[in-house]
This record gives sequence, structure tokens and C-alpha cells, in this order.
Amino acid sequence: MTETALEARHLFKVFGRNPKQAVQRLKAGESRTDVHDAGTAAVIDASFTVNKGEIFVIMGLSGSGKSTIIRMLNGLLAPTDGEVTIQGRNVTTASPADLRDIRRSSVSMVFQHFALLPHRTVIDNAAYALEIQGVGKAERLERAREIIGKVGLTEWADAFPDELSGGMRQRVGLARALTAGTDILLMDEAFSALDPLIRREMQEQLVELQQELGRTIIFITHDLNEAMFLGDRIAVMRDGRIVQNGTPEEILTDPANDYVAQFVQDVDRTRVLTARAVMEPPHLTTPISAGVRGALRVLREQQTSAVFAVENNRLVGVVTDRGVIRAVKAGQTDVRQIVDSNVLTVGPDDLLTDIVERAVETPVPLAVVDERNRLIGVIPRVTLLAALGNVAPTTREMPIIQTPIEMVAQFTPLVDAAAEAPATPVATDVEGGDR
Amino acid sequence: MDLMQWIEDGARIPLGTWVKEFISFLQDYLGGLFDFIALVFTAIYDGATWLFTEPPGWVIIVVLALIAFLAKGWKLAVGTVLGLVLIMTVAQWENAMLTLALTIVSVLIATAIAIPVGIWAARSRTVSNVVRPVLDFLQTMPAFVYLLPAIFLFSVGPVPGIVATIMFAVAPGVRLTELGIRGVDPEVVEAGHAFGATPGRILRQIQLPLAMPSIMAGVNQVIMLSLSMSVIASMVGAPGLGRPIVQALQSVNIPLGFEAGISVVVIAMILDRITGGFGGRGRTRKDSKKVAKTSVDVGAD
Repeated sequence: MTETALEARHLFKVFGRNPKQAVQRLKAGESRTDVHDAGTAAVIDASFTVNKGEIFVIMGLSGSGKSTIIRMLNGLLAPTDGEVTIQGRNVTTASPADLRDIRRSSVSMVFQHFALLPHRTVIDNAAYALEIQGVGKAERLERAREIIGKVGLTEWADAFPDELSGGMRQRVGLARALTAGTDILLMDEAFSALDPLIRREMQEQLVELQQELGRTIIFITHDLNEAMFLGDRIAVMRDGRIVQNGTPEEILTDPANDYVAQFVQDVDRTRVLTARAVMEPPHLTTPISAGVRGALRVLREQQTSAVFAVENNRLVGVVTDRGVIRAVKAGQTDVRQIVDSNVLTVGPDDLLTDIVERAVETPVPLAVVDERNRLIGVIPRVTLLAALGNVAPTTREMPIIQTPIEMVAQFTPLVDAAAEAPATPVATDVEGGDR
Repeated sequence: MDLMQWIEDGARIPLGTWVKEFISFLQDYLGGLFDFIALVFTAIYDGATWLFTEPPGWVIIVVLALIAFLAKGWKLAVGTVLGLVLIMTVAQWENAMLTLALTIVSVLIATAIAIPVGIWAARSRTVSNVVRPVLDFLQTMPAFVYLLPAIFLFSVGPVPGIVATIMFAVAPGVRLTELGIRGVDPEVVEAGHAFGATPGRILRQIQLPLAMPSIMAGVNQVIMLSLSMSVIASMVGAPGLGRPIVQALQSVNIPLGFEAGISVVVIAMILDRITGGFGGRGRTRKDSKKVAKTSVDVGAD
């Protein structure tokens, strides 16, 4: 059961002369530019919930209000209207002392430009949050040392921040937030100031740490690829409003409006989309129990050259037209004998980037199977290409044609003959005829 | 009409008289307060004087050289010794020590006022807006002018000298403290808030340490201004190097004037380098640690 870690309800933030009036007018339906005379609306009616243990990404370009939102979540900025609750405690109405307590116990933060204390060593920086919480020196240094080890800075523990590279400094920033031991981590453009290579490395490390420590992370970024890589869910912001809130796949495959669609155009889709998102229902199947005849019928009806053979929904292998023809000639009825079990399968959560290569190698559609080897979908090559090329997801599957249809057509009389007579005698007849 | 008459008479506003009346008012109604201030300042000054004049000269030289060494290294220590020996050999030791005492007392009090006011001004726009013109006034009003009300309120002696010196020297201390604290990276301060630090802790652990170079530059300026003012203060009877200078001015005595003058220069340079050394330490501490480490390694080899 998912548990709510943080909830924002109808947040507004207006900077300027008359913020309250601006909010009233925004609520009455006026646009951001309409209320410009009363103030600058940085955040307009933002509502979302963040579940425990997920990475929630707020994505938008500069000026979209994302940094303002994250600062309202821990009370660094007071919302003009609306409220924030963290683990059931209301941040917006908390007294300064309560607010400090919430920050100490529930929510820590990582900053874009690291915001380390330059006059303190790495370990003292990492232990800073614990120092504020009043943890004794020996204990806080021990805990800080442990986290510093996790982010890979053990040998730099006694260095000063200005001796470190940008990536290392941000690891200290991350270590400081992790050492605080809070359930929620706010990360404000945490990796934006880093080189692309370092950034990728940090993203991977963050995902690893998150899986290990199970924190709830709210991550702000202007980089959609980063959002897609990290986010369990993404809120896309534009001009102070959240325009779409959904999983990376939803945003990619079903953009809420033209703005989001335009935005996701440049995304490396293969790193976001999973097999499950693009797979088609498995039409091309034949139950083992239907025998060779059943397989041939499916091949003919679907005008295709290969079908998946399944038994109790579990994938057994591939049956090709060549195999069927050979079996028919040989008078075999049991599909098992002609099934090619050496079939390439993928898991439903595999990323397309890992699938593409396999799709090239196999003549038949890729089979998507779950952990119990149940066939839950197929990915024909054309579907894969459509997904990569961002063609409308409504594109219908096309039958995969490996060999000319005539091959199947040629044997149609044979099959018809087989269909007229009972299954076993036909097999015997054919067998006998051959001899 | 009175107004016409007043304009015909030259439209003279008796601003000076008002100020004089205001000072008389202060003297009449707050005399006790000023007497108390005088008492406290005299006591501190006497203590400082005792500290600098009682021990033999070489003890002072050794102590100052040691401080100079700690602040910046052996070069400054050697320079300090040479400078102080020069003062001794031109027979201005006693005066120089009295000036040093007066300067240090003034600086301590001025800094004790300047840093809190600077912090306050950094935290509040309103305070900053009020304080700024006051500082402009204090800094640009010709130094001699402070002497007059000071005599009025504290009579002659070291106390009006100290008060006038503080008035003259406090401004850069306030300004640079405010500037330093406002200049601290807002994200670092935000980090303090984000982890639940109290404002007091943020001030102590983040703002003051990071503003320290700027604050120390302010203190350095306070010292320099105090030193120059403490010479002028001799005109109202403050003891020290100012006396032979005033005396030399009156009797056109070039040798005495130069000897006393160069003594002021020596003290100024020593104080400037020492405070400069302590002020720059925050940033260079790491480097010096590295140097120390390297030299240890070399020693081990």
C-alpha cells in the first residue's frame, strides 16, 4: 500500500505588491499575464502528492516556478495560498520552532550550487545536519563517515570543499542530506551544475542509493532526460502551472498538450520506454494442444510466417511455416516436435535501449514474458520502430512477413483436407502416403 | 512680519546654536550618564596604560614580536622588533605606548559597537537605511569637530580623546560588517535554514565565519582611523605621540615632529600587518596546513 509522504494542495506563490489579490484573480480564472499589475505569479494552483519511497521529479524550464515550489515544500518560502503537509504535519501553518523541527526530522535538501560550508571539512559538512539535531560529536562523525563511504569520498573526509571537484562537492551535499536521516530529500537542480558525464554518474548513484536507503526524493530539474531517467513520476511545469503529472511513459506516450509533446520530442525514448509500454497483445499464438493443424490455421489466417506456441499461457517457443510444412509432410501432429524453443524473450520492464539489438537478431517478433514465463505481449519490429520514431501510438501492427505468402497458400489444400478428416487418421494417412 | 524681517536679516538659521543648546541639554539632563561613561572609559584606559607602560620595554617588544609571528610569520616579527627599537632610540617609547593604549581601547570599544550594529543592519533593511546616513555623517565630519562636544561633555584628558576617536573610527567597522554578512552566499544560509538551524546558529556558524575576511578588513580600518585620530585627540589633552607633534607644530620643531611622526607610522604599520595577517587567515589556513605538512615530510626525509 502506498503511503503519502508529502502533499501539496493548491499552492500559489505570487511575488509583488498585492499577492493576495493576485491569487483571488487567478482563482477567478484570470491568466498569469492578466494579474501582472498585482504581482508576478511564480506558482499557480499546484497540487500533487508524493508517495513514500518514490522519486518525484518536478520538471520545467527556468522561470516555470519549480525552484519556488521546492522552497515552499520545506517552508523556506511561505506560500501565498494553499498548504503543504509533510508526513501529516502542516508546514504552512507551523510556528518557526515547529518548522525547524520538521526540517530536522523530516525533510533535508540538496542545493544546485552545493551550498557547503567552505570553512569546514567534508566530514564536518556531512555531519552538519546532525550537529543541528543535537547529536553528540562522536556519533555524528561516525554516521557521517558511513554515508561518506557510500558516496565514495572516504579518503577526502578531511579535505575542504574548495579542494574538491564539482561532482565531489555535490556528493558531499548529498551526503549531508542523507546523513540527516530524514525520509524526504529535496533536490534543487542538484546535478545541473555538473558536467554531463559526472551528471550521469551521479544520477546512477542516486538511483542506487535510493534503492538501498529507500528515501522519498523530490527532484527538481530542467533536463527532461534526467527527469525521465530518475523519475517514478514527473510533474511538468510551465509558467507556474503543473501541466502534466504522470509516469515517464505516460508523459512520453500520452502528452497532455502540445507543449509537453514538443518537450518530449527530443527525449531519448529508448531510455524511458519499456517493453511493456510498446508491446502488442499476443495475437500470433497457438496452443500446443491445437497441434500442427491449429498452428497452420493461425499462420494462414494471420498471413504470417511464424507464431508463438503456448501452453497454459506459458511460452514454449516459435513455430514457423517451414516447420509446419515439414511436419505436415512428415505426418506429425504434435507441435512440440517442431517448436523452436530457442526464442529471444524480453522482460516487461526492459528498456527499449536494451531490446533494439535483440530485435535486429530475431526474424520473429520479440516475445515479452513475465517472470513466470507467461507470454504477455509481443513486440514486432515495426512496433519498435514506431515507438522509437515517435509515430502515433495508434499505429496498427502489421503482419510480419518473412517468406512469401504463396508458401502458405500452396499448402492450403493440404490443410483443408486435414480439417475435413479427424485429426489422427489424417496424420496416419499422410504418414502412410509418404511411405 | 517676522518671516520677512528674518529674510531681510539674511535668512540665518542658527543651526550651530541649536546643536550647542542640544549639547548643553545633554549635559544638564544626562550628565550622570556621561560621568558614568567617563568613569568606565577612564578605568579601561588606565588599565591599558598600565599594561603597556609598566613592563620594561623589551617585554613589550618580545610580546608584540610573538603576536606578529603568530599573525604572519617571522618576517613581520623581525620588522616589528626593528620598528619598536627605532621608537625606543628616538626617545618616543613612553608616548608611543600611551598612543597604543589609547588606540587599543578605542578600537575595542568601537568594534564592540560596530560589529553588532553591522549585523543588525545586515538583517534589517530599515536599520540599514537609518544607519547609513549616520555613518556618512560620522565619517565625513572633519575630525577636529568631534573634539569640541567631547570636551563639553567629558572635559579634557584621555576620555574625550577616546570618545572622539570612536566616533570617527566606527563607521568602516559597521559598513564592512554589514557588507560582509550581506555578501555571504544566500544558498549557504538557505542550507542552514533547510536543515533546521536557528537564526543564532546560522549567524555564528555560517554568516560570521564567512564574513570574517570582510569584518577583519573593517576592524583593520577602525584601527588605522583610530590611530590617526588618537594623534589629533592630543589637542584636547589626550596623552601620547600627539603631544610632541602638537608641540613641534607650535614651536616649528622639525626634528621632534619627524621623530614623533615616524613613531606613529611604525605603530600603524605593525597594527595594520598584524590585523591583516589575522584577517587573511581564514582563507589561507588550508594552504598553511599544506605547507606545514610538506615541511614535516621534508623533515622526515
